[in-house]
Amino acid sequence: MSTTFDTVANIIAETCDIQRDTIKPESHAIDDLGIDSLDFLDIAFAIDKAFGIKLPLEQWTQEVNDGKASTEQYFVLKNLCSRIDDLVAAKAK
Amino acid sequence: MRIEYFQLIDRVTELNLDELKIRAEATIPTDSTIFEGHFPGYPLMPGVLLIEAMAQTCGWLIIARNSFARMPFLASVKEAKLRSFATPGQVLTIEGRLDHEGSGFAVAEANIRAAGKLVCDADITFRLMPFDNPGFRGSMEQTAARLGLKIEAAVDG
Repeated sequence: MSTTFDTVANIIAETCDIQRDTIKPESHAIDDLGIDSLDFLDIAFAIDKAFGIKLPLEQWTQEVNDGKASTEQYFVLKNLCSRIDDLVAAKAK
Repeated sequence: MRIEYFQLIDRVTELNLDELKIRAEATIPTDSTIFEGHFPGYPLMPGVLLIEAMAQTCGWLIIARNSFARMPFLASVKEAKLRSFATPGQVLTIEGRLDHEGSGFAVAEANIRAAGKLVCDADITFRLMPFDNPGFRGSMEQTAARLGLKIEAAVDG
């Protein structure tokens, strides 16, 4: 069974045509991988479908814009995967 | 259909918010300056405008779904296939189905048929944003009424 990170990394590699082995848990989706907001919609769509969740992108964006959160909290992949795991767990309750 | 005004659907004939589906109709005009160039002596409805017609149809489904709370803006078109020609005078049936509602975006599948024959299909992604101003939203509400689309508006949008 693949890990959350493996699934997310594969989605990013396929969606954005990025070499899979360059995608690390420490990678920042925007700063390191150069993913723009439009590509991130495709990634969010694929993640939503793969995990049966709804990534709260608007809430995250608002928190970053309001200075209440950093982009690293949501867009460094290990942090993103942790939030995906939380959303999956919350849905299973 | 008033191509020059980007009014690419004439009426919404079916809206099913339980199944997240919509159907619309549009008649391609027999006379338009667009056909003077596309193509001289061989008028065809441009494929990009067929895609726009599918986007507008799905856009109304999204607006109906969110009761005018958000405006869908075309963000990406995938798997667009233009399978047969659409010509002046043809009546088009445009269908859309909402495939996914994400946070700030939506993904829909759409197709167009003419006399039962598949003309084109595509997967379309929209960004959803608040209406920029009341006038914009008001004009969209007027357009919905013209298309025969009855949508209960959200209280504060």
